[in-house]
Amino acid sequence: MTDLTKLTLSEARDALHKGDISSVEITQAHISAINEAKELNCFIEVTSDKAMDMAKAADETIKSGNAKGMTGIPIGMKDLYCTKGVHSQTCSHILDGFKPEYESTVSQNLWDDGAVMLGKTNMDEFAMGSSNENSYYGPVKNPWRAKGSDKNTVPGGSSGGSSAAVAADIAIATTGTDTGGSIRQPASFTGLVGLKPTYGRCSRWGMIAFASSLDQAGTLTKTVRDAAIMMESMAGYDPKDSTSTNIAVPNYEAALNGDIRGLKVGIPSEYRVDGMPEEIENLWKQGKEWLKSAGAEIVDISLPHTKYALPTYYIVAPAECSSNLARYDGVKYGLRVTGDSLDDMYKKTRAAGFGDEVKRRILIGTYVLSAGYYDAYYLKAQKIRTLIANDFKTAYQKCDVILTPTAPSAAFNLGEKVSDPLAMYLNDVFTVPASLAGLPGISVPAGLSAEGLPLGLQLIGQAFGEEQLLNVADVLEGAASFNYKPTKWWGE
Amino acid sequence: MSVDKETVAKIANLARIEVSEDELESTVGELNNILDWVEQLSEVDTDGVEAMTSVVDASLPRREDKVTDGGYRDQVLKNAPQSEHGFFAVPKVIE
Repeated sequence: MTDLTKLTLSEARDALHKGDISSVEITQAHISAINEAKELNCFIEVTSDKAMDMAKAADETIKSGNAKGMTGIPIGMKDLYCTKGVHSQTCSHILDGFKPEYESTVSQNLWDDGAVMLGKTNMDEFAMGSSNENSYYGPVKNPWRAKGSDKNTVPGGSSGGSSAAVAADIAIATTGTDTGGSIRQPASFTGLVGLKPTYGRCSRWGMIAFASSLDQAGTLTKTVRDAAIMMESMAGYDPKDSTSTNIAVPNYEAALNGDIRGLKVGIPSEYRVDGMPEEIENLWKQGKEWLKSAGAEIVDISLPHTKYALPTYYIVAPAECSSNLARYDGVKYGLRVTGDSLDDMYKKTRAAGFGDEVKRRILIGTYVLSAGYYDAYYLKAQKIRTLIANDFKTAYQKCDVILTPTAPSAAFNLGEKVSDPLAMYLNDVFTVPASLAGLPGISVPAGLSAEGLPLGLQLIGQAFGEEQLLNVADVLEGAASFNYKPTKWWGE
Repeated sequence: MSVDKETVAKIANLARIEVSEDELESTVGELNNILDWVEQLSEVDTDGVEAMTSVVDASLPRREDKVTDGGYRDQVLKNAPQSEHGFFAVPKVIE
């Protein structure tokens, strides 16, 4: 029998529906692979017993003829999603021991469709980071290494455990979350497809909040088709999240018709940044050619406020984070460090519970929201955010989707940027603008760097234009035919 | 605009995070690096621009103002570091 961990989600689904394999078999195969890949540190908790129970139930559903796209598929859940009775700490020490009494809407949607939970994946604490080095549970190692090198690279972040797990074939697919690029950049670093849908497409209920006007659930998968299947299960209106949008969820997979003739693809001149490696520039050009050959029309567009997106993000996101994270006070859940007074307890608990990057952002956020600075920083940033969103609106009068690189580099080495917050922030230069405008984005693996590391291209769609976005991504994926895998060096 | 040690200490107090004297020193530098970098936003002309309040064109749904859910006292308290008599317990506030 073929190695069950090599299957894509759509291949596994077809084999499960035909009865060629069972969910118990494919789940067992992935649990074995997880156990062999412990040194990658992708999973911070493996829920083997639960997974086997869910797999058995899924096999019954399949036998009864009621299988859906996700039925019996073993997946990893990012630790940011609340899963009832199971570790849910956004990889922070401040939520020490927290086991939710409820299930997030997105995970519940997946379980309702019969998906199987392998466990919770590692991430940057509170989703703040671009390398997964900010986790309380230690960094994740990217299964990809540069050619001939034994140095570990980062899997991207914040959804680094999720990306590394799929790249290492220890989960068929995983959930991620994307606030400024936390799905798309890790997808680019690990040769995967990473989809962040439109803000409001998925419910945020039960997702531990970082920056509420930006946070959105999404997928890390081996193919675009896999992303379509999984997103259809996750998405939908939820009365428990007033910012989720009441629009019916289409059949995303049916949108993959391969026909992009006449479609207008916008190329924003402002995404050429100083110091971007030539190989990324070339890959971007290649992407243009691929889409042109498939019948699309290439249109030059301008997004003039692009250079202000990142600094705008680093005001808006910390401001929202400082407010959201005020709830961690040692009273309601998680860690408590005793002090001389109530205030002292708060301060000691928060000092011990939050990591350096989280503290940094809380302090920045507190500062920009404080009396006398609110107008100069926060209000200014929210105005520029309007200008950034307007740039996209204007651009979409000329084009249907936008093509850009996903990240300004391939995966870098562990430890390389950890002491320089600003250098780390620059990882999100191409992903943050779409986040600020609430638009859907997808990273598609498009090639390898000279060092043999994956590089992705990003497509940005129109609000609730996921069908078109996925269809173009599918064409791009087909043309790029990225069929490289990391050479297995772990578990030997 | 930049921050000094005194300002950082004030912000840290507002954010209820204990910061040691040593940390204070390094935090001043880190925060100023970030604040210097975001300073470039001041060159953008935002006169007459509305601040963004909602990223999607949607109005918040309304519903009748009545209790539809709740009554989970024990579940709410289950993760509390300390609870007593059906309440969260904290260090003594009033002597």
